[in-house]
Amino acid sequence: MAYQFDFGSLWEYRGVIADGVGLTIRLTAVGTVAGVGLGIAGAFARTSRSPALKAAVGAYVEFIRNTPFLIQLFFIFFGLPVLGVKLSEWQAASLAMVVNLAAYSTEIIRAGIQAVPKGQIEAAEALAMSRLQIFRHVILGPAMRKVWPALSSQIVIVMLGSSVCSQIAAEELTYAANFIQSRNFRAFEVYFVSTGLYLILAVGLRALLKLVGWSLFRRRRHV
Amino acid sequence: MPLVELAAIWKSFGQNPVLKGIDLTVEEGQVIAMIGRSGSGKSTLLRSINGLERIDDGTILIDGEKIGSKDADLRTLRLQVGMVFQQFNLFPHLSARENVMLAPMVVKKASRKAAGALADAMLAKVGLSDRAGHYPDQLSGGQQQRVAIARSLAMEPRVLLCDEVTSALDPELVNEVLAVVRQLAKEGMTLIMVTHEMRFAREVCDKLVFMHQGRIHEEGSPAELFSAPKTPELAQFIGLVEAAG
Amino acid sequence: MFDISLWDIVRNLLLAARWTVLLSLVAFICGGIAGLAVLFARVSAFPWLRRAMGWYIELFQGTPLLMQLFLCFFGLSLVGIELSPWEAAALSLTLFASAFLGEIWRGCVEAVPKGQWEASSALAMGYFQQMRYVVLPQAMRLAVAPTVGFSVQLIKGTAVTSIIGFIELTKAGTMITNATFRPFTVYGLVAVFYFCLCYPLSLLARRLERKLHAAR
Ligand SMILES: Nc1ncnc2c1ncn2[C@@H]1O[C@H](COP(=O)(O)OP(=O)(O)OP(=O)(O)O)[C@@H](O)[C@H]1O
Ligand SMILES: [Mg+2]
Repeated sequence: MAYQFDFGSLWEYRGVIADGVGLTIRLTAVGTVAGVGLGIAGAFARTSRSPALKAAVGAYVEFIRNTPFLIQLFFIFFGLPVLGVKLSEWQAASLAMVVNLAAYSTEIIRAGIQAVPKGQIEAAEALAMSRLQIFRHVILGPAMRKVWPALSSQIVIVMLGSSVCSQIAAEELTYAANFIQSRNFRAFEVYFVSTGLYLILAVGLRALLKLVGWSLFRRRRHV
Repeated sequence: MPLVELAAIWKSFGQNPVLKGIDLTVEEGQVIAMIGRSGSGKSTLLRSINGLERIDDGTILIDGEKIGSKDADLRTLRLQVGMVFQQFNLFPHLSARENVMLAPMVVKKASRKAAGALADAMLAKVGLSDRAGHYPDQLSGGQQQRVAIARSLAMEPRVLLCDEVTSALDPELVNEVLAVVRQLAKEGMTLIMVTHEMRFAREVCDKLVFMHQGRIHEEGSPAELFSAPKTPELAQFIGLVEAAG
Repeated sequence: MFDISLWDIVRNLLLAARWTVLLSLVAFICGGIAGLAVLFARVSAFPWLRRAMGWYIELFQGTPLLMQLFLCFFGLSLVGIELSPWEAAALSLTLFASAFLGEIWRGCVEAVPKGQWEASSALAMGYFQQMRYVVLPQAMRLAVAPTVGFSVQLIKGTAVTSIIGFIELTKAGTMITNATFRPFTVYGLVAVFYFCLCYPLSLLARRLERKLHAAR
């Protein structure tokens, strides 16, 4: 007997799905804002003159980039309480996203910083600007502009990666899908639909980031 | 009291000594041209004067005050000493006007309005009022260099260092930049410039410094040095050897 | 609960890590072969084929690996093919790798200057000859570093297969944690294991990339 597809039975769970999508979006938003923010700080730290600070940030970046997100998540959610740091599912998931994206964006932004011509930095030094002022006003803008496409791709990857947060019962989209599947046993339909939703989220997020990049880095016409 | 006083400046890159005991004094309002062969250490000396290179030994006095190597000292130094580079080094993400406004705003905490007015005045000075809103890549080399000069001037330095400011320019753009420098000299700005424009040097500066192998080989008034060089190296450099032979 | 020593934990993780390595290898090799097909389709002369492959790639790059895994696992059972977790893991990671590798390699092929195609067609070479003798050898040099780089993503990706019950490093970590109640130690060790697998490859990718830049 051929399998009868039944997408209709998902309709009654639309609220659950919407909540899941909402949480996925919130996780991504928190991860992006805090992660990229920390990434900027990390990239600045890597230009520091202190070898210890440079090495510490470098080790952090390499460790995160060479271990699976799922393990980082488990470590934060299950491991940290041993040290007395107890986090809710949502907090642990957000923290994992931030920690992960911070490492990647540190590395990506660092590459952008290295592409800023040395002469511009010397010109700023000759204008008596401090290291922080130079970073903030001379280096950061052009560097971010240069790496924005790479950063955007990484943000999308992290958004998609958030699906494993279901494993610590953070109630994002995948968790919602698993939940529905356990109720109506329509695994294929549920996962098919949620995959489609992720695809839409990815396409939408990419478009949004493009727009953000455009508005951040466009030349302002006023004099 | 001289405005700038260099005493026994030494500087090496690794094993390679580039400055070997430079002494130089610059009076307020003086215009000094440095000439010399490629690799003789002119850029290194200029860069040392505003702390872009750390010197190994010797002292730099600005207005009688000794400049140390701490960050704070460097900042005080750079507030007094401006620099214009061969490659312009404008900030590509800022318009001409914003390039000029940036340092007054972030370093001197000038208001946006004050900085804007200052920028307008400086751009007018270099003849670029109509290019204020343009970005560096929309300007010719000569225009970019003039913006770079305006950017330095906006910090009201007491000395301006110019390292071959016309060397990266197409020949037809050289004069517009030289005209600006000439005007600054006329207004009494203290200038130390490295240049290959011999005619310009002769005409504009009060003192000519010939550098050779990391030392000041000869110095004096341009008329003196050009008409009667004392050393064969300088004679050769200004091509008199050939002419005489 | 009986006492489990640190050494026992390490030993069990080591045993499980073999499966992580094996799964990565299988997915990398099969994915590489399939990726070549994706590449050829992606740079083929047929616009519809290029477009279809574009969608294929978008599908894998625009959705979570976990969802791909679920769909393989549950979707194929609808048409009567029951996959073990191992089979589902290998299949979905292979597809995942094929899409990513195909796209990486396409970038490398397109980085070969247009003049090379023109010169070789001027020599009356057919499409496959051009690819085989002119373009691929040049593209391959460019492709080595990002391909090694992707292998790191693939190894990390295998962690997700623990969710459908395939017993590899991550799953072993979870099982040991449940037995020992020492999540901090166990997951810390698991992370170190992954790091030891991935970091050398990351270093290699970076070194290769530098060499290529220096050569140009
Ligand atoms: N950052 C550096 N590292 C190592 N060596 C350097 C560095 N900068 C300059 N040098 C060396 O110092 C010497 C003097 O260089 P400098 O740039 O001061 O010469 P210059 O007189 O300005 O020459 P030019 O007329 O070509 O500009 C040269 O031999 C140069 O190779
Ligand atoms: Mg020079």
